[in-house]
Formats: sequence, structure tokens, C-alpha cells
Amino acid sequence: MSDGAATGLAVLATVLVVAPLVAIFAYLVYKGASSLNLAFFIDVPKPVGEVGGGMANAILGSAILLAVGSVIGVPVGIAGGIFLAEYGRGTKLANAVRFTADVLNGVPSIVMGIAIYSLIVVPQGHFSAFSGGVALGIMMIPTVCRTTEEMLLMVPNAVREAALALGVPNWRSVLAITVKTASPGIITGCMLAFARVAGETAPLIFTAFGNVGWNARLDEPIAALPLQIYVYALSPYDDWHRLAWAGSLVLIVLIVLAVSLVRYVTSRGVLKGAS
Amino acid sequence: MPEIRLSKLQFQTEPDPQIGENQVKAVSPEAAQIRKYLLSRGNSAIADRGFRWLMVLCALSIFGIVVLIAVELMNRSKLAWGQFGLDFFYTAFIDPSTHKPMYWDPVNGHFSAIPFLYGTLVSSFLALLLAVPLAIGVAVFLTEMCPPMLRAPLAFLTELLAAIPSVIYGLWAVFVLVPLLREHLNPWLIKGFGWSGFFDADNPTGLGFVAAGIILAIMILPIISSLTREVMTAVPQSQREAVLALGATRWEMIRVGVLRNARIGIVGAIILGLGRALGETMAVTMVIGNSPEVHRSLLANGSSMASVIANEFAEASGDLHLSALMEIGLALFIVTIIVNAIARLLVWAVTRGAPSSTH
Repeated sequence: MSDGAATGLAVLATVLVVAPLVAIFAYLVYKGASSLNLAFFIDVPKPVGEVGGGMANAILGSAILLAVGSVIGVPVGIAGGIFLAEYGRGTKLANAVRFTADVLNGVPSIVMGIAIYSLIVVPQGHFSAFSGGVALGIMMIPTVCRTTEEMLLMVPNAVREAALALGVPNWRSVLAITVKTASPGIITGCMLAFARVAGETAPLIFTAFGNVGWNARLDEPIAALPLQIYVYALSPYDDWHRLAWAGSLVLIVLIVLAVSLVRYVTSRGVLKGAS
Repeated sequence: MPEIRLSKLQFQTEPDPQIGENQVKAVSPEAAQIRKYLLSRGNSAIADRGFRWLMVLCALSIFGIVVLIAVELMNRSKLAWGQFGLDFFYTAFIDPSTHKPMYWDPVNGHFSAIPFLYGTLVSSFLALLLAVPLAIGVAVFLTEMCPPMLRAPLAFLTELLAAIPSVIYGLWAVFVLVPLLREHLNPWLIKGFGWSGFFDADNPTGLGFVAAGIILAIMILPIISSLTREVMTAVPQSQREAVLALGATRWEMIRVGVLRNARIGIVGAIILGLGRALGETMAVTMVIGNSPEVHRSLLANGSSMASVIANEFAEASGDLHLSALMEIGLALFIVTIIVNAIARLLVWAVTRGAPSSTH
């Protein structure tokens, strides 16, 4: 293959990859923007057949589920990352934990869903917001753990040594010096994990289950934005399709904002400020 | 002032608080304050050890999660395992009156995973077929050919593809991709390649393996291309320079100097993409057609392991049905763990031992 042909093929491949992305975004913005209105943000879904209504309850539900998920996933993930970077560096145990975290990251979300179903929903006897939050939280752990580790490894050793030389106990040195120095990066990692689970549908089908009305109780089924989009997309009603597009636009804007923020923070070198 | 530094050092290592206090008073009042402050903030061996164990415990919980998932799935799939054993994965009940296999018949209690294994394999294989050349092309373009100005935005765009939720891909596929296939691509495939038997005209919906394969390909592209980019960047610069110095063109340099050196990592990236494709649920469920049958035609409706769980789990008709679905979930869990483990090992083998770019 000649040099020119190879270059041409690589450019073609790039165009072919960027094209669907642009197509998806353009269509999403076009369909979503024309369907968004105030009712979407303040109304609950109307009964089948009636036009109008919104997804306010699903937005609240997603917020609650993500809050529960973060309460579980963020501390455990950060603690795991601290172990990997500060205590277990180079040990067999740390390698095994790192490997397991990477593998856990690849476990299909639907499998996570049925596992949490049999672990929490079956013993409780009913679907609940709590079980959905636990599923999302567990899915956050590997991402948070690995980014925390990477960020902590970027903190120069001199900082740790300086703290220890002042007689600061190790645990305080870790929390107040190392973790604090790396905190922009750790927060970034948490947001990345947050954005990733915000759009998860599969683990919520058998845990949070969905709800057509308001619910803020953790022990009852709760609506979630991705779940609602799924149900509405497969429904035969045009008005529900419209709401599905609007919901997708809201979801994607939130996620893109989070990812861009992450990108902005990492590219500005805030993380490298430590070194 | 070396003397003062020395006395501070003594204070730090001094175990007896009485003497330490006297010394501090003699040397500097600030040191005493620092010491008091530190003591009040938990300067003790117990706190130190406790914190350490807390961190270890959290790290170990990651093992715990994997074990817990496995145990739960095994427990719940016991019923189906006892009933069908390994036959579940490779035999099917043959209807005595029509002589046709009844793969999945919850009403009469016949369960076999064959159509779902088949659906998962076919859709994932189609996805890899489409995604791998494109992903490698993008990675080559971004690492070796792209003007520096374009590199960051393009890399960001492909990363954005990875951040779009599965359900939104599904929504787009249902309302844009499937009509497109129905109106244009499928008739063309049937006309041109119908003779091969892979493209039959008996499914006019546009759903099916081809739709699932295309949407899966779009979804796994960013994973494969970003990892390929990573392993290609890990190839030392001196390799490129050496090949170029021998008079190679740019493409020859990429082929011999870069791709050949990074091939193990690229295989790892592809396998990781495969792992993602095997377990992908929502988008596939929305476009694969969801019928538990085995067809040779790629345009026919099918069902994958993940999609049958998503579809039938909530309204499973009995304990055996639920247990059979759990067993499919367990199989999916084991397969994705093996696939991911292999992929990670391959990618690590390349990027971990990689010499730094300065060489």
C-alpha cells in the first residue's frame, strides 16, 4: 500500500467515526430542543393517551439515585485508591486489587442489575430506590478507585516526606497533604464516574423499577431519567417519543458538561500543579 | 543554626513526654505548641493503624463485590442448573410434532441458551468486523498523521462517543438507524447478496442482527481506538526514527515501526472492545428484534444474552424461567470476566514495560 493510500484510508476512517457522532448529536439537539418546554421540568407523566406532561419526577429520581450511589461509591473508591497508591505500592495485594477493579469495570451493567436484584430486592420483597442506588454506587467504585490512585501517584514523594518529617502521623499526612494536593484530580475522577452511571439504564430495570408519580422515599420504586427514556422510546405514542428525545437531550447535556469540565481541568494542568 | 535543628530532632524522637516537654520549654515554645496541636489532632499509633486497615478493607471490598455477585448468581441459577446441567448451553428440545427445535418456551418449561449465545456472538462479531479497521485507522491518524491542531478536538470527540449513554444510542438507532436500514441498506443487501443466504427478505422491520451490529460498532469504537492510541504512543520514538532513517515512507514506518511493535496491545484493545460488546444491553435490546430463534439470515430478528435478561426478567413466568435467566446472567458474567482479564493482561504487557518516550 502506498503512503498516500494509507493516509487517505486513515482520514476516511476518522471521517466515518466522527460522522455518526455528529449525526447523533445534531439529531438529538434538533429533536430534543423542539420538544423541550417548561412542562418537561415541572410536570409528572400524563396517563397514557393524554398529550403533555413532563419528566420532573424522573429528574428528581435520578438525582436521588445518583446521590445514594455517590455516598456508597465515592468513599469506598477513594479509600481503595488511597490503599493502592499509599500503602500497597508494588505489593501483590495491590496488583490483585487493581486488576480486579479493572475487571469489575468490564462486568456488564445488566449482570450488576440482576445481582443486586437477588441481593437486595428479593430479601426486601419489593423494588426500591435504595437498591438502584447501591447498584449505581458499586459501578462507580472501580472508576473512582483507579483515577484516585493515578492522581495520588502524581503527588511528588517530597511532599509526603516533608509532612512525615514534621511529625505528622501517616494517616493525617495522607488525608490532609497527599489527598488534598491531588484533590482536583480526584474530584475529576468522581465526576467521570458520576457521568458514566448517570446514563445507566440496565441496572435500574430490576432495582429502581420506575414510577409514574413523585417519590422521594428510598424504600419505594423510583423513576429515573434513562429508565423513562427507555420505556417511552419503545412505546407506540408520538408524544412519548417526543418526551424521550427531550429527556435524552437533558441527560446528554449534563454528561457532556461533566466530561468537558473534566477535560478542561486536566488539560489546564491543574493536576500537574503539584509536581 | 545546626544546634537548634538537632534539638528539634531529639524532641521528635523522644519517647518520654516528661523529658520532651522540658526540652521543648528549654528550646522553643513553638515546638511545644506544634506538639500539643498534633496530639489533639489524633497523633497516635492506634489512629494510624486504624486508618490503614480501613483503607485495606475498602480495597478488599472490591474482591468482595465480585465474589458476592458470583455467589448470588450461582445460588439463583441452581434450579436451572439442576434441571438442565450443561445441556442448557448446547441442546434444545425438539418439538415431536413439527420436528423443529423449541429453544425457549417458558410456557412449557423448555429452556436452552443456544439462541442467545448465537445472537450475542453474531452481533459482537459483526460489531468487531466494522469497528476494528475504523478504530485502528482513527488511532493511526490521530497519533501519526494528524496536524497537532486537530488532535485534541478529535480525541475529545471520540471520547465523547464513549460518554453517550447506551439508551440514547438505542433511541437514535430506533428512530434513525433502523428506518435507514429498512428503506435503503437492507433492500440493497438483499438484492446484491441475497444469494449467500445471509440476507433474507422475510423481515421487513429493519430490526435484527445487522442493526445491532452497527450500533454496537459505533459504541465500541471509542474504547478500541483510545486504547490503540495508548499502546501506539507507548512505542518508543527511536523505533520510528530508526525506520525512517532506513528510508521508509511514513506508512512503512507506521506499519513496521509502530503497528508491529504495538500489535499485542492492539489485540488487547480489540478484546476489551469485544468484552464491552458482549455485555452491552440497552441499545441491543432496542434494535435486535427480540425473538429467541436461530436464523442464518443476518437481517432476521434475534436475541442476545443481555437482551433476553432485560426483556423477560421483570415478568418471568416462574421460578425455572427466572433461574434460567440467572444462569444466562452467570454465563455472561464469567465470559466477560475472562475476556476482560485477557485484554487487561495484554494491554498491561505493552504499556507497563514500555520505555519512556525519552528512551
